[in-house]
Amino acid sequence: MALPIEGEMPNGQRGYSIMKQKFNIIQSTCLPIRIDNCNTDLIIPARYLASTTRDPQFFGDAFMHDLRFDAEGKPVADFVMNKAEYSEAPRQGVHEIIIGGQNWGSGSSREHAAWAIAGYGVRVVISSSFADIHRNNLLNCFVLPVIVSEKFQQELFDTIEADPQAEVRVDLPAQTVTNLATGHSEYFDINNYKKYCLMNALDDIDFLLESKEKIEEFEKETHPVPPCEGGY
Amino acid sequence: MDKEMNIKTPDGSPHRGGDALRAEGVCLFDKIWSAHVVQNVEDGPTQLYIDRLYCHEVTTPQAFDTLRDKKISVFRPEQVVAMPDHNTPSDQQERIDDPVGRKQVETLAKNCAEFGIRHFAMGTKDNGIIHVVGPEKALSLPGMTIVCGDSHTSTHGAVGAIAMGIGTSEVAQVLASQTILQSKPKTMRINIEGTLAEGVTAKDVALYIMAQMTTSGATGYAVEYSGSTVRNMSMEGRLTLSNLSIEMGSRAGLIAPDETTFEYLKGREYAPKGEEWDKAVEKWKMLYSDPDAVFDKEVTYYAEDIAPRITYGTNPGAGIAIDECIPTLEEVNEADRTQFLSMLDYMQFKPGQKLEGTPVDYCFLGACTNGRIEDFRAFASVVKGKKKAPNVVAWLVPGSWLVRQQIIDEGIDKILEEAGFELRLPSCSSCLAMNPDKVPAGKLSISTSNRNFVGRQGPGARTILASPLVVAASAVTGVISRPPLPVGHLPLYGETSGMSSSTDNSDKTE
Repeated sequence: MALPIEGEMPNGQRGYSIMKQKFNIIQSTCLPIRIDNCNTDLIIPARYLASTTRDPQFFGDAFMHDLRFDAEGKPVADFVMNKAEYSEAPRQGVHEIIIGGQNWGSGSSREHAAWAIAGYGVRVVISSSFADIHRNNLLNCFVLPVIVSEKFQQELFDTIEADPQAEVRVDLPAQTVTNLATGHSEYFDINNYKKYCLMNALDDIDFLLESKEKIEEFEKETHPVPPCEGGY
Repeated sequence: MDKEMNIKTPDGSPHRGGDALRAEGVCLFDKIWSAHVVQNVEDGPTQLYIDRLYCHEVTTPQAFDTLRDKKISVFRPEQVVAMPDHNTPSDQQERIDDPVGRKQVETLAKNCAEFGIRHFAMGTKDNGIIHVVGPEKALSLPGMTIVCGDSHTSTHGAVGAIAMGIGTSEVAQVLASQTILQSKPKTMRINIEGTLAEGVTAKDVALYIMAQMTTSGATGYAVEYSGSTVRNMSMEGRLTLSNLSIEMGSRAGLIAPDETTFEYLKGREYAPKGEEWDKAVEKWKMLYSDPDAVFDKEVTYYAEDIAPRITYGTNPGAGIAIDECIPTLEEVNEADRTQFLSMLDYMQFKPGQKLEGTPVDYCFLGACTNGRIEDFRAFASVVKGKKKAPNVVAWLVPGSWLVRQQIIDEGIDKILEEAGFELRLPSCSSCLAMNPDKVPAGKLSISTSNRNFVGRQGPGARTILASPLVVAASAVTGVISRPPLPVGHLPLYGETSGMSSSTDNSDKTE
């Protein structure tokens, strides 16, 4: 099967700020992906990495591709994303939240996996555990990773599988996630710096660029670069 | 930042001062980390200074575009080194037929020219897999912080550095500022004690640890490998061990530098020379975990418990000793049974099945895990005087042009050729399906690479992970085979004595 050719980016935008959006409260139906150790090779197979842009459409279409489609490109009927009740693409209030299995996003560091999730339209991934690199990648793509207890994760799976219309509310300012069907709620952790960044659509890179003087001072005073061949 | 200032020395005398490298009661990871803290963001991450950024073609085009969009340059281009490796073909390197892969490789070259970054182009003597080239050129040195948009960056931790995989947004951050925002991970020490049996390699040690602690057992931690087994490992073996840290969930796998490290690095292309070398070694000798250092978690494994291993499932932790059977359904936790059966369904195996003796279709020697000179010596020691099984397609792919040259200089290529194997050109090759070396759907591959994920070697491909010795034995028998003992006369893992690490070594080690 031939790979689709990625599109040109709108407005000449190439890399920066395509995923940027302010985050506050998300209330939505969910997509339950009950796969433990769902690695980033599954989230986006390697052949989709041969890209030079962050085209959200291209990466969104590739999200979970080899579980969604068979070798001939036909939808795999029993995969959750192809079931009628979950097949609608995310939009406000619909399927903006993924409930994932434990150790979500393990393996490869490819940020393309986060681009695929964001490109598909998802704003929140809830799991009992995330791989470290993928978790950072999600945050850098303005997708909120929410860590809940295994018990609450199971409850969310059970609720949504019993009623695909059930809604979950993720409140970033209050740092709570609520199963609206049962009223059960859990507090989740995020540091204040990153919370502020997400709520105001700010990037780490801007913070770092503003700290240039500190970096130069550090290089001069604390960590002189040794005069070896090759710059170090 | 001032944590070290308050630490009492073992004899109760006042601490010598704020020099993090001389602090007592501190683990290796914390020593290197604290020496690189630019600032701790209030109620947030640490801004960490990065000594070395490596770039490959797959995870950097969008990062360079970020710089263009923001109209900024690379802050410290001399500390960045780039090379293509994922898309490079291993049969010829004149051209890349796939237009999408070709565009990525060309884009990296263009970006490096535009931003003034050192670039080891495809097909040139400096090129290879980043995680093989970095240590062998001594671009990765003890005490450094090293990052790359690739999860196997953990490899470089074997020289005694903090080396971590990062995402593309973070690559852009380092290009722009030579720093990165990271939350400090917890620390874990993994001790491995005792002498490995013949035929048991660093790869088997890593596969064993993964099976014990699962693929998420070290998530959230930076691991340090310690103990007599690690001390006796060659540098190549240590690089294999650190490489696989990420398969346990740990972003970093450090090994304290010692004489083996210094011997390996000395004289290599970018290593400090003369007086600078002596000064560097003095400093590097301070890079160890203090005897009274406390880790957030500590575990110990024993070499005598480790046999040559294979995986049977679709994550690297789903493994067994080669003479064991796949667990029966009853032996698997009830909660894990669905995933267990789904893995076996993909692999076309049955619970309780013995895999030794199962026919294989493909054999792959290479990748950043096992693409170094010792891996080729090990492979050659098994296949010497034998013939490749006719049912097997074998890809023998050196991790770099330097490794390839050493294989030729040592005459290993002749041994391989006589046994019916072809030595290919440096590339990531069949580790991931981004170049022509793809395993066809349904075919069974036994591979020295690092991941047996669904579709990793090609859509529908079935992958068994193993050491170079097991892959070599399987390549000559055509079925999954344990290494024959005694294993040849060529030096193997752990036998550092008498083995030169210099890259111009032309002695035949037979």
